[in-house]
This record gives sequence, structure tokens and C-alpha cells, in this order.
Amino acid sequence: MKFFFLKLLSLTVLFISLSFNSNSAEKVEYLKTDWSFKGLFGKFDRGALQRGYQVYTEVCSSCHSMKYVSYRNLAEKGGPEFTEEQAKAIAASFEVTDGPNDDGEMFTRPGKLSDKFVMPYENVKAAQAANGGAYPPDMSVLVKARGGGVNYIYSLLQGYEDPPTGIDLDEGVYYNKYMYGNKIKMANQLSDGLVEYADGTKATVEQMSKDVTTFLMWTAEPHLESRHQMGFKAIVYLIILTILVYFSMKRIWSRIETEV
Amino acid sequence: MSDQEYIPKSKFGKWFNDRLPLLSLASHLTDYPTPKNLNYWWTFGGILTFCLITQIVTGLTLAMHYIAHADMAFESVEHIMRDVNYGWLIRYIHANGASMFFLAVYIHIFRSLFYGSYKSPREIIWILGIIIYLLMMAAAFMGYVLPWGQMSFWGATVITNLFSAIPLVGEGIVEWLWGGYSVDNPTLTRFFTLHYLIPFLILGLVVLHIWALHVPGNNNPVGIDIKKPSKDTVPFHPYIVIKDGFALLMFMIVFAFFVFYTPNILGHADNYIEANPLVTPAHIVPEWYLLPFYAILRSVPDKLLGVIAMLSAILILAALPWLDTSKIRSAVFRPLYKQFYWILVADVLILGYVGAMPAEGLYLLIARVATAYYFLHFLVVLPVLGFKEKTLPVPLSITEPVLGGSPNLVMAKSKESMKQ
Repeated sequence: MKFFFLKLLSLTVLFISLSFNSNSAEKVEYLKTDWSFKGLFGKFDRGALQRGYQVYTEVCSSCHSMKYVSYRNLAEKGGPEFTEEQAKAIAASFEVTDGPNDDGEMFTRPGKLSDKFVMPYENVKAAQAANGGAYPPDMSVLVKARGGGVNYIYSLLQGYEDPPTGIDLDEGVYYNKYMYGNKIKMANQLSDGLVEYADGTKATVEQMSKDVTTFLMWTAEPHLESRHQMGFKAIVYLIILTILVYFSMKRIWSRIETEV
Repeated sequence: MSDQEYIPKSKFGKWFNDRLPLLSLASHLTDYPTPKNLNYWWTFGGILTFCLITQIVTGLTLAMHYIAHADMAFESVEHIMRDVNYGWLIRYIHANGASMFFLAVYIHIFRSLFYGSYKSPREIIWILGIIIYLLMMAAAFMGYVLPWGQMSFWGATVITNLFSAIPLVGEGIVEWLWGGYSVDNPTLTRFFTLHYLIPFLILGLVVLHIWALHVPGNNNPVGIDIKKPSKDTVPFHPYIVIKDGFALLMFMIVFAFFVFYTPNILGHADNYIEANPLVTPAHIVPEWYLLPFYAILRSVPDKLLGVIAMLSAILILAALPWLDTSKIRSAVFRPLYKQFYWILVADVLILGYVGAMPAEGLYLLIARVATAYYFLHFLVVLPVLGFKEKTLPVPLSITEPVLGGSPNLVMAKSKESMKQ
């Protein structure tokens, strides 16, 4: 029986490695860092999420929308866990277009917890027009939409270099060693000390990259923490049940001479 | 169907059973004589039933929150992932459940190939199984389209375009399938409808599959006909029920690991980008379980012939009971077939691997050789082997390995592995 499950396991491993291969056709070694949310008990680092939110709002959000995330999410468990007052204040600091009102007109009001994150542009066309034809992708599920995931985003933010000799770049195109094809339309956004963290953390490029990537992981998987917690419980429960059923099975089959 | 008369003890039971013999059916199912030497490869039938039920239950729940509209499908999936209570759990079970379903069905099919379960008198069970497998592929493909991500959209475009290879009417058929001039909202709504329908067709076919199984009874690792009930059999309940249950729990642990810890590993990152008809992804690849057939499709330079090759690769399985000319079922007693069997397993895995790679250079060459070998196995190796192979002596019963003292290899093996 051990042999049987070994075979099954090796088949599974084979399939996983196959799907890995299919996703990483282009081979670049991404920068690595230890993510607090990896592993069986992985949780988000609250501080990193709050700092990451700050980087997103002060830097990324001028071009990148985040249309599936609401201000109320900022105060929810498993997220940055701002207090409800803080989240309300954050929401109120944005102007939201609402309406039409009874006169049939659109109006602006301060944001509420139930509002989705305000978008930097009216629509995709407006975003493209403002960014030299390139659409800054929505960031809600961005880390899940890129083959390398968090390591890719983390590396990309730190991957800006002068182009090697022989590579000519057009106006508005930049060289990034982690970008597919190395040409990217987003300029380098991060520089040391760009934001001022309230908790006194030093805002190096590396630190900001890590914080904002952690924040993006949370926006893509807001229930990651409860998934890990439930997963551990579910698997422990299943293992215990499996052991009990195994002994029941031995007992039942002992009534006849054949072994299971 | 029921072989022995069952008489309920209570008066009401008897009254009811005379009008609708549900109790007789239940009695048949619990007493059903099963070969006692079934190994763990036989537990995948039960596991597959579990997979089907899981997909139907999670699918119904998802359908309550999903919106089948090109402008809203992607958003409604994000709504499920974020705002529906445990929506993430239900969706991840459903998405990974499809992969687990195929993992189990491939093991189930290859078990059948190894032990010759498709041979007389079980041809109908086998053919029903192939139809179920075809429907599973259709359901999985259409389900993958529903989130309306980039891979959904472009996968749908590539696969539906295959029909354009049909001479004369091809283009018309493709437009008819799309409900327009490209994959768009009408395509999405009909795929949703069919994706909802097919699982219930599968459920019906599963009932027939099991019904057909209960006529001759299970094959077994020794592959011989056994007397039922006899010393060679055990009643389905509790012996097989508890064993299937144990195997199912092991399977669920693997399943849970995928759902809770690597829920997106079997999917493609591009499907988290909303469908965009103006941007084509760098590599369009189907889900892992369709890759061997995708490799066969691409290994043929001509489009129409490629489609024919791909369909034949599946349909040839339906002819298997007649292509395999050997009277001996189990590979345990077929030393040559056993080796060809493992070569076929390797061949299909290689096809799956090259199916994920770009169709060029060495990969294309490997795909062509592997495709040729796939057909060679079924069309040449199997028919010839039945006549040429010197098989080992087969025992008369499971309990008494007589005839030339041939040891019951499978029994010995399973005993050994239990002791470890």
C-alpha cells in the first residue's frame, strides 16, 4: 500500500512540475525575500500591509486602479486591519462621483466604507491616453495574473537598469531586467525616501517594494489567512479520520483471512 | 438486476417494496458480491463518484452568484472570491476539483488498461466510460471559459476554431457555435448553459455505468471470472465500503492540500486578466489534463488531419475491446503486454509534457514520434500481441492459485506492501 501511494504521489509531483514548466517558459531568476504569508501558517505582516497601502496610495494609485477592493476591506480581519475610524477617514479623503440625484445630476461626495477604491482614470481609453498608449493594469489581482507572482512584482520594482549597449529605447520606454522582453512603459517609480512611513521604518526601495507587494498579495487574496487556518484544521481533521478509518478497516477485514 | 429475492421484514416495508423495490435495490447494493482481492487501484470508481457530486454541489452554489455576461462574468467571479461567504472556498474546490476529477479518471482508465477490464463481457461498461470521459472534457473546457479571463477567451477561440477545419461547412459551423462572428457574449451564455447541463448527463451515464458493472460484476487483479458469491468474494458492505472510504480520505487530503495551500498552481496566471479580444496571450495552453491531445493536434501539420488525429486518439479507445485480441485480461499474466503498457503510460506523459511546450524544433519532433507510437500501440501492438504473446498460466480461482503452481502475484504483492 505504501508503494501504491508513493506511485500516486510521484504522479502528482510530475503533474505539478509539468504545470510549473508550462508557466515559466522564459527563465529569469527573480529576487527573493522571505514572505510572511507563505507556508502552512503564513500570515500577513500587518505593518507591511499598512505601509504597502501607503505606497500604493501615494505612488501606484495615480495610474493603477484597484476596482475590486473597497475601503471597508481595509478594516477587515486578515487585512491591514486599520481601525474602522481610520478606514472611514481614509475613505472620506477621496472624492467619489455619485448620482444621478433627484435633479438628474451627478455630484461628488466624500467616500464611504462601502465604496470601491476610486479609479485614477474615467476609463481604459483615458488611462491609455495619459500613459503613452499603455494601459496601467488594474492591481486588484495583479500578483495572481503574473507567472512569477509576488517574486516577479517584487523584482520588477527593483529591476530598472541602464540598457546594455546596443539596445535602443524609444521615447517613454524603459529597460527592466525582469520584464518580459526587457522593455517596459512604466518608468522607475521608487527611490529611497520617496514616502515617509508613519512607523519610522526606513523607506528604502527594497523595503517599499516588499511592502507594496505584500499589500498586492492581500488585495489579490483577501482571505488568504483564513484559508491557511482552515486548511490546517481541515487537513489535521482528515488525517485523524483517515487513521481511525484505517484501523476500522483492518478490524473489519480481519473477519476474513484476506489482508487489505 | 437483483439476483436473489429480498423480502423486507416489516409489513410496511413489504407493501412498499412490492410497489417500488427500492429496498431490494439497497439490499442488492449492500450484498453485491465483490472480488476480495481488489487492490487500491479499484477504489477510484468511488473516488470519481465523490468528485462528480462535489463538482455538482459546488457548481450549483457558484451558479447562484455567477453572472454569465461578457461584461460582468470576470467581476462576478471576483465578487465570489471576495464578498460571498466562503465563496473563495467553494470556487477553489470547484476549480481544483476539476483537476482532481481528471487525475482520478486517468488512474481509473489506466487501471482498466492494465487489468483488461474493458474486455468481454465488460465492453459496454467501457464504452459508457469513454462517453463519460468525453463529456467530462467538454464540461471542463466550457467551465474554464466561464471566468472570462484571457485564457478562457483565447482557449475558447482556439478550440472552437478547430471546427473550421471541416470542409465546406466548417466556417458556418464555427459561427453557429459562437452565435456571432467571434467568441462573445452569446458564446458565454451558451457555454454556461451547457456547462450546467453536462454534469447531469454524466450523472445519468454513471448510473448506467454502474448498472452495467453490476451485471457481470467487477473484474479483479487476477483477471479471471469468479463464482459469485463464493470464497472469492466479499459483500460490498462493509468490506468495500470501508476500503473505498479509506482511499477516498487519502485522496481528500491531497485535494485539500491543493485547495488550501496552492489553489492556483494548476491554473494559468493569464486567466486572472480579464478577457481582451485585442490582446493575444504569448502562449495559449489548455489545462494540464487536455495537454496530451493538444500535443497530438499540433503534431500534424494539416489542420483537418490534426483535428481528426486528436479525435481518433480518444475514439480509438472505444474500439479497444476488439483491438486487443488477447483472451487473458490481467497484465499480470502477460509479460510482454505489461512492458508495452508502461511504454504507453510514458508515451502519454511525454505527450502531455510536449503539449505544454511551444510546437517547434525538438518538441515538435518528440510530439510526432509520441503521436505515432500512441496509434501504433492500439492499431498494431495490441492486435498482434494477442496472437504472439506467450502468457503465464492463470490460476483457477483467487483463493487457490492452482494450475502449474503459478503464484498469485498481485495477492503476494499487496500483502508485502501492507506489511511495510
